[in-house]
Amino acid sequence: MKRIVRHRLFWPVVALISLIVINTIARPQFIGVTVRDGELYGALIDILRNSAPLMLVALGMTIVIATRGIDLSVGAVMAVSGAVALTIIDGSPDPEGVGTVTIAVVTALAVALVLGSWNGFLVAIGGIQPIIATLVLMLAGRGVALLITEGFITTVNSAPYSFISSGYIVGLPVAFLIAAVAITTLALLERRTALGVLTEAVGINPAASRLAGVRARGIVFSAYVATGLLAGVAGILYSANIRAADANATGQFIELYAILAVVLGGTSLAGGKFTIAGTVIGVLIIQTLESTILFLGVPAAQSPVFFAIVVIVVVVVQSPQLHAWVRKLARSRQSANTDAPQKVKVAS
Amino acid sequence: MPADTEVPPVVDMSSITIRFPGVLALDGVDFRLFPGEVHSLMGENGAGKSTLIKALTGVYAVDSGQITVAGQQRVLTSTSDAQDAGISTVYQEVNLSPNLSVGENVMLGHEPRKARGIDWRAAHLEAAHHLESLGLAIDTRSTLSTHSIAVQQLVAISRAMVLDAKVLVLDEPTSSLDRGEVERLFAVIRDLRAKGVAILFVSHFLNQVYEISDRITVLRNGRLIGEHLASELPRSELVAKMIGRELDELAALSSVAEREIDRTATPVLRATGIGRQGDLEPVDVEVYPGEVVGIAGLLGSGRTELVRLLYGADRADTGQIEVKGTSARMTSPRQAIDRRIAFSSEDRRGEGIIGDLTVAENIVLGIQARRGAMRRIPRAEADAVVKEYIEALGVRPADPSMLAGNLSGGNQQKVLLGRWLATAPELLILDEPTRGIDVGAKADIQRKVAELSARGLSVIFISSELEEVLRIAQRVIVMRDRRKIGEVSPQETDLSGLVEYIANKTEETAA
Repeated sequence: MKRIVRHRLFWPVVALISLIVINTIARPQFIGVTVRDGELYGALIDILRNSAPLMLVALGMTIVIATRGIDLSVGAVMAVSGAVALTIIDGSPDPEGVGTVTIAVVTALAVALVLGSWNGFLVAIGGIQPIIATLVLMLAGRGVALLITEGFITTVNSAPYSFISSGYIVGLPVAFLIAAVAITTLALLERRTALGVLTEAVGINPAASRLAGVRARGIVFSAYVATGLLAGVAGILYSANIRAADANATGQFIELYAILAVVLGGTSLAGGKFTIAGTVIGVLIIQTLESTILFLGVPAAQSPVFFAIVVIVVVVVQSPQLHAWVRKLARSRQSANTDAPQKVKVAS
Repeated sequence: MPADTEVPPVVDMSSITIRFPGVLALDGVDFRLFPGEVHSLMGENGAGKSTLIKALTGVYAVDSGQITVAGQQRVLTSTSDAQDAGISTVYQEVNLSPNLSVGENVMLGHEPRKARGIDWRAAHLEAAHHLESLGLAIDTRSTLSTHSIAVQQLVAISRAMVLDAKVLVLDEPTSSLDRGEVERLFAVIRDLRAKGVAILFVSHFLNQVYEISDRITVLRNGRLIGEHLASELPRSELVAKMIGRELDELAALSSVAEREIDRTATPVLRATGIGRQGDLEPVDVEVYPGEVVGIAGLLGSGRTELVRLLYGADRADTGQIEVKGTSARMTSPRQAIDRRIAFSSEDRRGEGIIGDLTVAENIVLGIQARRGAMRRIPRAEADAVVKEYIEALGVRPADPSMLAGNLSGGNQQKVLLGRWLATAPELLILDEPTRGIDVGAKADIQRKVAELSARGLSVIFISSELEEVLRIAQRVIVMRDRRKIGEVSPQETDLSGLVEYIANKTEETAA
């Protein structure tokens, strides 16, 4: 039991389960999953599907944070990626064609990859502080997206493109499946190869890692490239969902939510040790919380405050200082009890 | 003046036991501290010195045992409890705020107040008064970080004085001070002792311990070995008590230096005219197979700069390097590693150990980096390597899953040695591998180096302890003021000869 409580994912999991329980008590149908035409529906399924863009971005953010970095440009990269894809579809004579959509998606991802490489170049080779290096693209990226869409909100009707966000394969939402593939790929890549431990080494002590022969630059560079690519995918999911490329609204504040998810999951902003499972749970907490706000009918004007209060509670509950304080309190209670006069058992 | 035992002790710790997961860090240790004495706590790394200090300063809670301070039994569960009890601590790494002013640091948390906020004028006056009583006449409004470590250490002590400490704990205060600064610190310590402050002193330098201490307590493996008056405990006996084995082991190594080295063979490494603007004048170095080349010189003489250029940690802007007869460009550590050169930095925590990774991950890091990120070393292979080096080097505790940052300095050094030996190097560069570690671990590392070189490994060995260099090397490169001033043979030179050479030898003309 003690081992379970001490596990670093214990409190995040407790927070997630509590949110689900609260929702279920408020409205029992929350927990229900119905099958319609072989496809799953329900509040929980919605959470899984809607969390996909944040999930992708937060996965990348986890790796970048593990290298002692941060990537503020993810929202802007999402906007660019969505703009590129929709502009191609919009300009094509056959917006409903699978071929068109494929070209659009591949091009958008290639652009996202380039943007990620740009961040990686600035940080790993240029030696610029990550927060500044990615701030450049955070500010410039939305401008680039506006240039691509020529200042308009490009809207399209393309069934294959919408399918990426709202379609179903084997009964599950495609968006969720994409996120699941990303989680699995990243987890395998980090833990089955030595990439994970070398990333942690670089994050904990860059100088020592370099002297030990770790190719620190390559590892840092690839973290930003991966994050760029994941943000690109997130941008496609987002634009497929609203069927529009809105350079200003796409992925707004998502970098902050992603950082929040990473921290809620238990990865330290100081870099080093990271947990992908923790980030997944962190994302689900945030998404469940957003659903809760809708579900409980919190007025729109109050929802940010409600959100903030819950986040503060979750963060405080996880704080090691609080745990130490509680343990100390429990111990002094205990010793106070034993100090009090007691019936002494007579030795036989 | 040694305290006489008639006066009651100001600190009396009895039967202190502290348990960590899997380790009994302190096992029923008694410790007393009398007013007006300097009491040294001695022991190898891992003996329990730091644990005992942390029990006294409220960092660790004791599992059993009692702590009495000034006749009053205390439960110290935080550092502020300890401060309230009159115990102040100055740590090895100065715990002050470098970007605040000297005065702010001294008075932090105890600033005199007036009607509206802090009375800064009074605060600086009071700080100046405290500093003056330690013989420190510096501007209290200057930024702390602009002063030397020695001055910062004195500032930390005067901060303890503000708290009106009855007990002052000095944990390795001299490790980064030069001789003159140590003298100054000692003068302050003597002054405080005369005022009746009880001082707990911890240092690795035996000379300093004997110079300043009235009383010595020895710990080993978490147990109390004995409490002695310094005047009644001969040095050799102290060392024997600390390491619990015979000193002869170190002496047995002296035969190493006499081993014959074949200097007609192709050198493992030959550097000609290697240098870097502002760091090092061009230097020639040759290392032959199986040879241990020592580098002697004072701190800042260019020894570290030289080996960093050889390893590619810094880029040389003049000179050539040949590895086993073929010329090599060393522009990054990777290139050196690919040519089977390994380098262990003098900055163990900053450039060696990855503190938050486990011992096992630290040892495997070198070979993993060589293989690349994509080819993970299979679990079984990694376990075997880790087990081999933990055993061969005697890493304690022998727990591969422990975080390397939690090991003592000596054991961290062994882990680093393991990391590099696992990569099967042909040239091992060790920069100050024995600094700040205890006698036992020092002997282990020296023995390992001797053993490996006898089997054909070439080693470059840098140490501030000249005796060590003379004992272990077959040839010693002497450096001064960022240039090589010559080479000596340990067979022909003794310690005083080498000191004389470093101090006074005029530069050899290039041959």
